[in-house]
Amino acid sequence: MSSISDSDDAVRSERSGLAALVFDAKARSLFFQVILAVLIIIAASIAVRNAGANLAEQGREFGFDFFDRPSDIQILTTFGTWLLDYEAGQNTVWDVFLLSIANTLIISVAGVIFATIWGFLLGIFRLSHNFVLNSFATIYIELLRNVPLLLQIFFWTAVLRLVAPGPREEGWLIPGLLNFNSKGIYGPYPLVEEGFNFTLIAFVIACVAAWGFARWARRNQDRTGKQSPVGLVTVALLIGLPTLVFLVTGRPMGIEWPNFVTEGPILRRGFENGIGSYIAPEFFALFLALTTYTAAFIAEIVRAGIQAVPKGQSEAAGALGLPPGLAMRKVILPQAFRVIIPPLTSQYLNLTKNSSLAAAIGYPELVAVFAGTTLNQVGRAIEIIAIVILVYLTISLLTSAFMNWFNNRVKLVER
Amino acid sequence: MTTHHNAAFVRTEDAPLMEAPSSQIGPRAWLWKNIFASMADYATPGKAVISLLMTVITIFTGYALIWMIWTVLDFALFSATFFDPEGLKRDACLDEAGACWPYVKAKWYQFMYGFYPPEEVWRVNVCMGMLAIGIAWLVFPLPHRGKVALFMLFAYPVIAFVLLNGMPIEHEGDIGQIVSGVWFPLILAGIAFAGWWLARSDRYGDVVNAMAPALLMAAIVLGIFAGLPLVTMALDLALGTEVVETNKWGGLTITLVVAIFGIVISLPVGMLLALGRQSNAPIIRYSSIIFIEVVRGIPLISVLFFASAMLPYFLEPGVDFNKLLRAMIGVVLFASAYMAEVIRGGLQAIPKGQYEGGMSLGLSFWQQMRLIIMPQALTTVIPGIVNTFIGLFKDTTLVLIISIFDLLGILSATLKDPEWSTPTTAYTGYLVIALIYWIFCFSMSRYSVYMENKLDRSHR
Repeated sequence: MSSISDSDDAVRSERSGLAALVFDAKARSLFFQVILAVLIIIAASIAVRNAGANLAEQGREFGFDFFDRPSDIQILTTFGTWLLDYEAGQNTVWDVFLLSIANTLIISVAGVIFATIWGFLLGIFRLSHNFVLNSFATIYIELLRNVPLLLQIFFWTAVLRLVAPGPREEGWLIPGLLNFNSKGIYGPYPLVEEGFNFTLIAFVIACVAAWGFARWARRNQDRTGKQSPVGLVTVALLIGLPTLVFLVTGRPMGIEWPNFVTEGPILRRGFENGIGSYIAPEFFALFLALTTYTAAFIAEIVRAGIQAVPKGQSEAAGALGLPPGLAMRKVILPQAFRVIIPPLTSQYLNLTKNSSLAAAIGYPELVAVFAGTTLNQVGRAIEIIAIVILVYLTISLLTSAFMNWFNNRVKLVER
Repeated sequence: MTTHHNAAFVRTEDAPLMEAPSSQIGPRAWLWKNIFASMADYATPGKAVISLLMTVITIFTGYALIWMIWTVLDFALFSATFFDPEGLKRDACLDEAGACWPYVKAKWYQFMYGFYPPEEVWRVNVCMGMLAIGIAWLVFPLPHRGKVALFMLFAYPVIAFVLLNGMPIEHEGDIGQIVSGVWFPLILAGIAFAGWWLARSDRYGDVVNAMAPALLMAAIVLGIFAGLPLVTMALDLALGTEVVETNKWGGLTITLVVAIFGIVISLPVGMLLALGRQSNAPIIRYSSIIFIEVVRGIPLISVLFFASAMLPYFLEPGVDFNKLLRAMIGVVLFASAYMAEVIRGGLQAIPKGQYEGGMSLGLSFWQQMRLIIMPQALTTVIPGIVNTFIGLFKDTTLVLIISIFDLLGILSATLKDPEWSTPTTAYTGYLVIALIYWIFCFSMSRYSVYMENKLDRSHR
């Protein structure tokens, strides 16, 4: 592509001096590069000089020593605060930084998983000949794609506030399993006892065994043509072996249920803090908004991917005698995946980046708590925003790298 | 011919057409084909399971669909409060569980114009009217599209700025001061005229062509520095407009200002970045790649935070430039990087023969781009471009985080008004605002489908 700059060599006329230089592609390319480089250098040096002057005027220095300072900001109880055992005044700014990254990652991972499931389902609905499913998916997709995500986040926050029972009431999200009121979602919390390690070890062994069996089964099929029930064996191994070990070692895990207080001072009533597991309503609102919104885009990607597989492929699979389910699994989907993966990657990255909209509702992730509250507290705008940008870049690059690796695996191997 | 007479019977006209069997037409057949066929296969246990599953899913989805439509209709129409004849404000809406339309009526001005002074609002209306006419002109193929496009791209922004803002504010160290001298723009205009004259001449025309990018950049700078103050002064003399500071702008006005600014600027910047990324010159290529990848790797909020919290540090001490302008620069930076990647996709789809054809005709690089490559590349990626526009339009809502009152920001502000605080006010507001965004975005996406079909030259 693009060996364009030599294009005028052919028409280089017989001119001398400056005119000849103007028509020399190499000289011209060098000229523009030098101009660009000079402009960049000038802009950068002006910026650096001004930054120095501005910082000096405010009596500040450039540096990252603020990470050691104690942080006295109150942070909503979330995955990150739980992971770092955060308490205002007890931890440093560095801990706040780590917990905000943890919160960004957890909302992104949860969002990606559920958006993928829901998006694939919607994409299949969209292709279905069933009028009900098709129109549901169409309305859903066209509605959610064309309304700003921030508005949807506000909407979900308001809906949760509307449907949630009061803070002193015991509402149910999943009867018998998850409690729910306006203070958040409460659920059981696993209390690990001695000997639980055996179950974890069993799970790792089961993973390795399942992988080994799948490998053997593929080789065996290549050699003899015989098929083995890989899916069934994998499920049996992954669930059965750890369960067996868990039971044999005497069920070394208790479950802590949320404690609902109905007596005592009125302010203490409701679910007791710190008992059972807990999700803040902000997390839930953000999760719902991100998942439902991104799923609409994923659905369109899935639909386009499946439609991109020529009809001849499914006909050929039928001619070979493959039943429709197998044809879908072995012929259509692998080809569709090649079309689906690149845009799917960018949707995953979008979701991760969109999780920064939490700044508007107060879920403590990277932008809200680090580039927001902490920045206001320590006032180091240049350093903090540079760090935030670096963190997002790292997440983006890692995700792209992983998806590229996956894409290379499913890519069509041409001879 | 004669065999006719030997035959016992010869049909001389068509037999009447039979109606299609009842299993193929009519509502019953439609229902069967589109709903029940997928649930009726019980030949094997596997198929029976799938059919049953489909039945359950269909019933559940159908219920969800009807419930959603009913909820929205009930909220917006059947249980809604429409009138507030006695001026009761919130008390008028408290009885009903549905939408509070008097609230929308009371706040509609703010949704549209923010805090723009009512006596000056005709300026916004003229602006938006010109915009609507201009866009309609370009969208529906009317004559002189090229001239209208040039007008909308170059003259309209200046006129719109003057109308919305009034004279540029002349603070210490402001852009206004630099451009306020009349002699400076006049000299620049003279240089621009000389350049144009040279480009037309036989002798130096090809020199101008070879140096097109440098001259184009110079022309843009001239346009900003020479055109803006001249037109501003002329219009200001003619209309005598008062300055309305940007912090009074708001609502849909600001949403459209940010979005249109972003759309108009990000397309050419994106083209330059896409070309830069494909360039053979390493400095140009790597600076384009770094810019594109960094911006695409970070969320828009951090770009806006960068523009609002970090950028002031990099400017001359004491210089304070407009918050709205900073946000718009952030949005443009962001959208350009995405646009560049979309356009790069289009450039990569152009066969090499097209470049070679251009070269063999003796066209310069910029002539090839303008006449051969870009028209094809842009046509291929129209859906991508429009999707970027839609994304940009939706992303304008994020400016509320750096406290600029766009449509959503103004809604959040009016929701805090105690005179209208009812349980349903928020939902009414969200419904209306969502509808406004939806209309803009959905019509853009429909337009892209229409253009795609219209410009499609490959499948004829």
